[in-house]
Parts: sequence; C-alpha cells; structure tokens
Amino acid sequence: MNSPFTNGIAAQRLNADALVENFSDLHAPLDGHEAAVAADRCYFCHDAPCVTACPTDIDIPLFIRQIATGTPDAAAKTIFDMNILGGMCARVCPTEDLCEQACVREIAEGKPVEIGRLQRFATDTVMEKGVMPFVRAASTGKKIAVVGAGPAGLSCAHRLAMLGHDVTVYDAMQKAGGLNEFGIAAYKSTDNFAAREVEWLCSIGGIEIKTGMALGAELNIDELAGCFAAVFLSVGLGGVNALSVEGDDKDGVDDAVSFIRELRQASDLAALPVGRNVVVIGGGMTAVDAAVQSKLLGAQHVTIAYRRGRDAMSASRYEQDLAASFGVNLMFNAQPKAIHGNGAVAEIELEYTSSENGKLSGTGETVRLPADQVFRAIGQTLTSDAGLKLDGRKIAVSDTGRTSRDGVWAGGDCASGGDDLTVTAVAEGRDAAMDIHNTLMGSK
Amino acid sequence: MADLTTDFLGIKSPNPFWLASAPPTDKEYNVRRAFEAGWGGVVWKTLGSEGPPVVNVNGPRYGVIYGADRRVLGINNIELITDRDLFTNLDEIKRVKADYPDRAIIVSLMVPCEEQAWKDILPLVEDTGADGIELNFGCPHGMAERGMGSAVGQVPEYIEMVTRWCKQYYSKPVIVKLTPNITDIRKPAAAAMRGGADAVSLINTINSITSVNLDTMSPEPSIDGKGTHGGYCGPAVKPIAMSMVSEIARNPETADLQISGIGGVTTWRDAAEYITLGCGNVQVCTAAMTYGFKIVQEMISGLSQWMDEKGHTSIQDFKGQAIPNTTDWQYLNLNYVAKAVINQDDCISCGRCYAACEDTSHQAILMSDDRVFTVDDSECVACNLCVDVCPVEDCITMVAMEPGTVDPRTGKVVQKDYANWTTHPNNPSATAAE
Repeated sequence: MNSPFTNGIAAQRLNADALVENFSDLHAPLDGHEAAVAADRCYFCHDAPCVTACPTDIDIPLFIRQIATGTPDAAAKTIFDMNILGGMCARVCPTEDLCEQACVREIAEGKPVEIGRLQRFATDTVMEKGVMPFVRAASTGKKIAVVGAGPAGLSCAHRLAMLGHDVTVYDAMQKAGGLNEFGIAAYKSTDNFAAREVEWLCSIGGIEIKTGMALGAELNIDELAGCFAAVFLSVGLGGVNALSVEGDDKDGVDDAVSFIRELRQASDLAALPVGRNVVVIGGGMTAVDAAVQSKLLGAQHVTIAYRRGRDAMSASRYEQDLAASFGVNLMFNAQPKAIHGNGAVAEIELEYTSSENGKLSGTGETVRLPADQVFRAIGQTLTSDAGLKLDGRKIAVSDTGRTSRDGVWAGGDCASGGDDLTVTAVAEGRDAAMDIHNTLMGSK
Repeated sequence: MADLTTDFLGIKSPNPFWLASAPPTDKEYNVRRAFEAGWGGVVWKTLGSEGPPVVNVNGPRYGVIYGADRRVLGINNIELITDRDLFTNLDEIKRVKADYPDRAIIVSLMVPCEEQAWKDILPLVEDTGADGIELNFGCPHGMAERGMGSAVGQVPEYIEMVTRWCKQYYSKPVIVKLTPNITDIRKPAAAAMRGGADAVSLINTINSITSVNLDTMSPEPSIDGKGTHGGYCGPAVKPIAMSMVSEIARNPETADLQISGIGGVTTWRDAAEYITLGCGNVQVCTAAMTYGFKIVQEMISGLSQWMDEKGHTSIQDFKGQAIPNTTDWQYLNLNYVAKAVINQDDCISCGRCYAACEDTSHQAILMSDDRVFTVDDSECVACNLCVDVCPVEDCITMVAMEPGTVDPRTGKVVQKDYANWTTHPNNPSATAAE
C-alpha cells in the first residue's frame, strides 16, 4: 500500500473507502423536501433571464413550478422537450455561468434558485422509472447517419428518431457517450450515469449505435453521403495540442483527456497510478477535472499552471474554487518553459508572464516545481475535416449546422460557433435535427 | 418603554395579547404554559352544560392552506367545544386564576338556548373567580348542527335574548363572540348591544373546506373517507375579520361597543392594526398553534418598539385612530392621482410587474431589450398590482402627483380640492357640490 508521500507515479495511494468517498456524487441529489423548498424560491419571472441564459432554452420557471406543484414528471418533460440530455446537463452544466448566474435571486440575494439541482431532481424522477416520455412519429423511411455519439450526436439522433427517421450513430470509441462517458470528472457522473442515459435515450427506438467506427478510418464522408439521406457530424475534437517545450516527450508527460478517460473507464480506481507531484498545464474544465481527480486519487501536491490571469481562465470561478477546496494549487501567469528529468519527468520549469495590450510575453523569471507527472490540457483539435470548409480550426456551419457540403450537417465541439459545453452541443444537435427534418420532408 | 397594560371592560392584563378560546386553552397545563410564556390573558376553551361531555372525532381535526415553503396561511378545524368534564374545567380555572391574578381569564360558554341552561352554569363560572365570560355564538361546525354556536350567532334575536340572560345571572363582563358566517356583521353586534353585552369579539371561524384529496375524493381533514366543513382561521382570514371589526366600529349604533379583535393575528403589527380599528385587545390562536406560545415575546417587543417610535405611551393612545379614515368608496377623493414609480437600484428585473400589468391590467409598464422596467404614466391608473406582485419590498411605490401638474393619462390638471363620487358629473344620482 502506497500513500500520497510515495515518490514517483504510483497506484494505491489511498484505501478503497477513501476513494469511494472521494469519487461519490459531488452534489448529492435533492430529496423531495429539499426540492420543494428550493422550488418555492422561484419567482416565475416574465421572459425569464435564466431561460435566455440556457443554450437549450429550457423553460426553467415552468419546470420549477411543475416541481413545486408536485408534478416532477411533467417538469422533466418540459426539460427533455428542449434538452434530451437534461439529466447530464443537470450534472455538468456550469450553471454558475449560465442559468443560475442570470437568476434574479442571484442579483437580489447572491443566492440563485438551485436550477441545476432542481433539473436533476426532475430528470432523475423520470429516468429512474425508465420512462421515455416521447414516442416516435410514423416512419418516414429516411435513413440518417450521425457520426459521433457524444452529446451533439445523441441529441440529434433522438430528435430525428422522434420525428420518424431511422438513425445510425457511429462512434470511434468502443462505447457511446463521447465526452459524457470519457471526458468529464467521475464525481459529476456517478453510478455509470452516462451509459445509462444513452440506453434510456435510445429507448425511443429507431436508433442503432455502431461503435469502433471512426471518420477518416472505417468511415468516409463520401460513402456516408451516398448511403444516407443526411449526415450529421459530431466527431468532437480528438487531437490534443502539444506543449512544444523542451522535454515534452519525457515519461510522465500525458494528455489530461487520456488520464480522465482512463479514470472514467477504470474498474478499480486504486489500481490507477498518479504522481506524488502533479502539474496540470491549462486553464479550462479539462485542466480542473484532471487536477482535482489527481488530488482525489491521492496525489500529494497538485498544481494547475495557467499562462494568463485568473479572469482569462475558461474554467469558471466556481470550478477554480472547487479545485482550491480540494487542495489544488492554482498558479496564474505561468507558462511551461521546459520539462526536466532523466528519462522521466522530475521537474517542470515555468516562466512567469505578463500581458500588455492583450499580448502575452514571458518575463524571463522562472520557477521550477517538482513534478512526477505533467498533464497537457491546453486544448484539443479536430482530427478529420472530411474535406469540409473550416472556420478557424473547426468545421464551418450555419446557425442550423449546415456545412459547406449539401446533405452534411455538423455540431458540437467539432463545429464552429458556441462554447464547447455539453449543453451547447445538445442545442446544436437538436437544431440540426430539425433542419435536417425540414429539409428532407420539404417543409420549412 | 411603552406601557402595554390593557384595561378591557375593567379587566386588567399586562398586555393586549390574549389567547382565543380554542385548543391552546383547553386545560390547566396549556394555560399555565401560556402565562409563563407571557400571554396577557386567555379565553378558556368553550365549556358546555353539566353532564356527559361532547366527543370529538378520533381522526384528523385540522386542514391547512400553505403559502411558499409550507408557511401556514390558514387552518380549518372541526374540533368541538371542550370534551372534558365541566367540573374538571371549573376546578382548573379556579386554580389557575388564583395563581395568576394579574392575568385575564375569560370563560367561553356554549349551552342550549334555554334560560335554565344558562341559569345553571353561570353561578358555577362565577364561582371560579374568572374575570368574565365569552358567549360562543360562532363555531360553525358540529355544534351549529345542534342549534348552538353559529346557529345562534346567525339569529340576532337569539343573541339578544341569551345575552340578556347572561347579564341577569352573571355579575361580571359579558363578551359576545360573533360568527362571520352572516351577511351583515352590524346586525348581530347591535343585537348583542341591545342584550346588554359589554363587548363583542370577532371573528369566530369561517365555514371552509381547505382541500379535497384527489385520490380518495374526500374533503380534508378526512375522517374515514368523509369530510365536513370546518372553521377557517389564521392569517388568511385577517382581511375579512378587520373589515367586520371596522363595520362595527364605524356604525354609530355600535360605536361605543368594546371590541376584542380576532382573526389571523400573527405579529405585533397585526395586533396594532386591529387596535387602530377600535379593538381594545386581540385574541390569538393560529399563530400559537403554528409556532408555540413563545411568539408572544415578539408581539410584546414589537408593539413596544413601535409605540415608542410613534410616541404612544399606552394602547389607548392609538386605539381607533384608523376608524375616521375608514370610509365608504363613494367618499374617496377622485381628484387624488398617483403613479407607480420603480426604483431601478432595487429592481432585480424579474419582470413580474410587467407580466401582471401587460396581461391583466393597463399595459403601463414598459420593458426594454436589456430588461429595464419603467412606468408609462400615460397608461398607469395606479392600480397597485405591480407593487403587490413585486418580490422586493418598496422597490415599486405609488407616488402622488402634485396638484397643478397634468396627468398624462387623462390630460387633465391634477386638482388640489377633494371631490368624490357623490358630486361627480358621471354619477346619475350626483348632488350638486355645495
């Protein structure tokens, strides 16, 4: 048995009980009484700011009123009408930046209505019963391919299936779910929720999932376009940006997304090795998820080094504080300069930065931190553009997800526009589905 | 600190907060606890005639109406008068009164409308040393079916007759408790006065069904699948009770009648309001049943602070002060013009004022793209709905227009003179202004 003080990268730093405790639900679900109290606080605002702030436009005051009046099933239907992955979004949405930030009670009292937790209460109620509150329309006979079984693809597939189309969903991994399954912190999706949600979502029928099929490998856009009436690409960002500093190739330097993926799929967390001193490079949610989970696995020291100031960090202040509460050290204005070590990483050398007129430059002053493990979390990239026109480094799409090629739509992280959030991906998948439907059925 | 001592019909109590005749005053144990907590007086739960006592249901006795967060707004109850032996009650009353000579103890009574029944019980009550009696002509459930309670209170002749018997066979003050389940509260009040009552107390509870169980199709509280109307009380009934109190206080025929105010008194403020409408004290039940006896401490401290702030040294100082300002609609000043004003610093942009005004009123609130809400004075009739639905107290206020300015809604100059409907040109029965 190791401990947080064991040198190097080691498994079994914490005992099984501690790991179970550490990786349990970050926010316990509301019970019926708590939900009633929380729901009572909603003012049922006119043209509510929370709805405007929601990328999927869920009618939040209505679903909260439905909870308050004892009909959580109806509340869930209101949520799923706009966001079929409302269960996962209730767990992973940065509500502090979205609906809850806009809540008038945040303005009034600094304490918003707990919209996220109420959404979970409603969606859990229905999903735990195994009820799919939608039925398929009569078959249209149209076959549609969805490439990528993450939030955008699943949302698109469900909507298309509901409208009567037959959908085949391909995914490069051996399991559907995309980032919900592989890319978010374990304590946000406990009890195999992501997989259960996929199963539930597919219970509407008309959706066939084929795994181990990657675009640019087993799949080719021309063949797909030839076999299906429409194609929706939601392949995400499979590549990881390199650090491009000396020593980037040493043992112990890993991608944060790989670490998170392995952790999510691990059958025994105790068997998962983690460094005594971990440094995560980056400023987004991936960086936070990797850092916090390193700490929860038993790393002694975990540091997030971000090259810009706190305000520029894409992880919300709430997430930053969450990381700090677990003992993660947040370092701002520090960029990697070199990674040192004899074969394996032993130290990371960081250079302090300053920003002038928005331009970042090193100050020349450096600091070395002990590090057995360094995680890259400085963004992901598109791995296959399928010959489509790009906007920057992503597939260029219209408001409804149309790409430069007729019959091909795209959404989620691989497509231009919107934040790289689960909830945004869900909205894009849904909207593309409606546009595909209208296009195929000849109505507008 | 203001003196809260109250002299009601010559009955002294250290404060105007009495517990109403109800479950909290059913027995010695509770009443002693109430007095220890600081209540100024109690009206002992209603006694019936000698003999086998009434029986209560053995299922639920109360139903409830909730506000947000399960805050109790109203309770209805189907409990009858005391179900304990008459002499047990009388012994307890005597003991408690002896131990708390500075507190008021009133004995509530309900016996059949026969002179002998009253002639029998009154000397027994007199012997307890209690300070007075209250005639329960109000309970609307159960006992009314047996010709008592509200069945008496709905017939002014009976009220007068029984009150007269009580004054004849009992030497101390007689308070007549009125039922609100009538059309004109002035009639039973006047009847009580003719019978010689020293005071009226009101209101007793209102006929009510608080809810229906949608699974069993039974009204609540449900007794083995069946329900009956109960008596409704609590904060929800306060507006009804205060209106009835004001009717009696304003009526020249009953203006001199003393009033004990009952109905939804929950805070010191409620009590102060009743007193400004002419009540000499107040009686409380639901608030105690919801929160326990300790709430009287807030009532005492709150009323004292307010009286100090206003410079009142005794209850008498402000008793009845709102009566002259309580009038008929026809005498309201139609030349008074106000407009809603939204304090943008306090506004939290919920838009409830907008929804209420736009959907259900006068389309006088404007909403900008960035959710700034403003009042369109050319449409605002000062209905007050925006003020009422705003979650932030005093964020929206009604501000009177200065005489001489032009009301943009009517285009007319605001007049400084008072003018009411009785002289308004649109009133077919208008009399020329003198």
